[in-house]
Amino acid sequence: MNELIRLLSYMIGIAAFLGLNLAYLGWVERKGAGHFQRRTGPKEVGPYGLLQPLADGLKLMSKQLIIPANADKALYMCAPILIMVPAVLLFVAIPFGEHLVPREFNFGLIMMFAFASVGGLSILIGGWGSGNKYSLIAGARAVSQNVAYEIPMLLTAINIVMITGSMDLNEIIRQQGSYFWNWNIFRLDKSVLMPVSFLVFFICSLAETNRTPFDMGECEGELVAGYHTEYGGMGFGLFMMAEYANLVIGCSLTTILFLGGWQSPIGIWPGPHWFLLKMYFLVWCFVWIRWTYPRTTFWGLLNLSWKYLIPFSLVNLLLTALFIKVF
Amino acid sequence: MSSLAQSHLRETFELNIGPQHPATHGVLRIKVVMDGEYIDRAEPILGYIHRMHEKMGENRTWNQFWPNMGRLDYLSAIAYNHCYAGLVERAMEIVVPERAEYIRVITAELNRIQSHLLGFGAYIMDLGGFTPLMYAMDEREQILDLLESVTGSRLTYCYFRFGGVYNDIDDDFITGTRAFIKRFRPQIPIYHKLVTGNVILMDRLIGVGPVSAEMCRKYGATGPVLRGSGVNYDIRRNEPYSVYPELDFDIPVYKECDSMARYMVRMDEMVQSCRIIEQALDKLPEGPVMAEKVPKALKPPKGDFHFAVEAARGTFSMRTVSDGTNTSYRMRLRSPTYSNVSLFEEASRGMLLSDALAFLGSLDPVIPEMDR
Repeated sequence: MNELIRLLSYMIGIAAFLGLNLAYLGWVERKGAGHFQRRTGPKEVGPYGLLQPLADGLKLMSKQLIIPANADKALYMCAPILIMVPAVLLFVAIPFGEHLVPREFNFGLIMMFAFASVGGLSILIGGWGSGNKYSLIAGARAVSQNVAYEIPMLLTAINIVMITGSMDLNEIIRQQGSYFWNWNIFRLDKSVLMPVSFLVFFICSLAETNRTPFDMGECEGELVAGYHTEYGGMGFGLFMMAEYANLVIGCSLTTILFLGGWQSPIGIWPGPHWFLLKMYFLVWCFVWIRWTYPRTTFWGLLNLSWKYLIPFSLVNLLLTALFIKVF
Repeated sequence: MSSLAQSHLRETFELNIGPQHPATHGVLRIKVVMDGEYIDRAEPILGYIHRMHEKMGENRTWNQFWPNMGRLDYLSAIAYNHCYAGLVERAMEIVVPERAEYIRVITAELNRIQSHLLGFGAYIMDLGGFTPLMYAMDEREQILDLLESVTGSRLTYCYFRFGGVYNDIDDDFITGTRAFIKRFRPQIPIYHKLVTGNVILMDRLIGVGPVSAEMCRKYGATGPVLRGSGVNYDIRRNEPYSVYPELDFDIPVYKECDSMARYMVRMDEMVQSCRIIEQALDKLPEGPVMAEKVPKALKPPKGDFHFAVEAARGTFSMRTVSDGTNTSYRMRLRSPTYSNVSLFEEASRGMLLSDALAFLGSLDPVIPEMDR
């Protein structure tokens, strides 16, 4: 009975946390973009435009759902749901604090990667099911991009698994003691290339979340709106929200693997606040990058992955193995 | 093997880029045959905003045709004003007061900066970077305000008259323009720092969309496209008009022939325009801004007249055949974007879709001017 109440309260908690994030990350992004661009961003609806997400949500929900004549109805309808479900599910495994974790899996890391790759599939389904050539091109691009970037991401994550000897996300955090020099990013005794691994992982999560400079799936200059060209109303809204959900997950995973999760950098008061602080800092970096850089080409993107990131990750993996064996 | 069978073998497909597409800046439509992500053949289809400007020139009186000049290239309308004024003044042998010519040059160059600013911002937005557009817009607003104060409009200017300009400039405009130049000069290095030096941007522009000087000659491309291909050709120098011979400025020329070269030509032209404006403001003489004794009902003598100016996108020239009546017998407008975009078909063959659209942006097309 106690367990049931615990799970129920966590479910409500996750839903609330997720809802808040999905609504307000959009606001943060627009406000941030505004200030990067010498303008104010949303400001009319509510103080500082804080009610803007509600207004947007209402607008999207009240719009008519139009299914294009060319579309494959079943695929068209299920793609936005399919992209949202794994994004929500993944929050079950994220340890926000030492004891603030809905469900502790001893294979949490695998679960993260497994569900994250469903996102690529749903983009393909959405692109294919829309019956639009632009969407189709975008869907094909998104899949080859996801394949290309999951490999270096996984190879880098294996480093961490080798160092910590565990796939339990909470255990990975526990092993990175309090004080920031114990974080995996600075653990040069395990592998001298650790900061670079962090960078590789960060770039890969940028690509995984389909954000500028790697937003090949959207590419509004070339492919109109990419895989969600044909979606209106809440179909589009779900894609939009899934992007932010994936953003939060990507940043959480980076925080867990490299930045010590809920561990305190200065040795006092470890807890969820540190986790949120680190995560939102990374989210802010994502926003910052998005509004600063132009987009790469699709070819440039694949070149970066196959010619630089993957070979580097392999070398890094070998090096880490060597370090662990020797020292 | 027939081309149809060939295209079946390679599984090409047709893609309509436009007439409503973010990359085409208006209603240009490009019919593309794609081979995967590569372009097999691209055919620009024009005419979606064709408004028969040439015909309008033939059945309106000379004065009634003025408003059309603001609606060809809405981004550098003053150069088009300049061309029409020059054309009729050449036909009627009207001598324009010195002060009016200086005012014409000042406003035309302000308009050129404004046009290049928007071109720069919109181009980077084509490449996925949204922020530079807003920085460019900020500066552009200053120019629009200045021009509004003397011309009365912000976009579709109808400021010039046969024999001068409609309105004299005042001290507010002069101090405002000086202040703008002072403010704008340091912005350009910031743009270069934020945008031009970016690795991703360099990767996307350098070596992409090569346009040789031969190709430019073949299609009649002018302006930054031609000067980005290493040809030093600018009407302001090669067929000087107005007071340009009295001003000291450089023509930026880049030999790389790629999108980056065209982009850099535009950026450097903004600096040169600043120089021109400063000199023109220093030399600005006193006097009237309209020639005396310009008849209300114009009847140019019989003959064939031609006048060309350097607009922001290249050479704009007008040719008219007058039969001595109050309307033109034949009016011909040669607009730069039409020629510039016509080389897209040949140059884009075998390009990647994303590169081709980056290349199209570097031609900086303005569709109403192309369709006329």
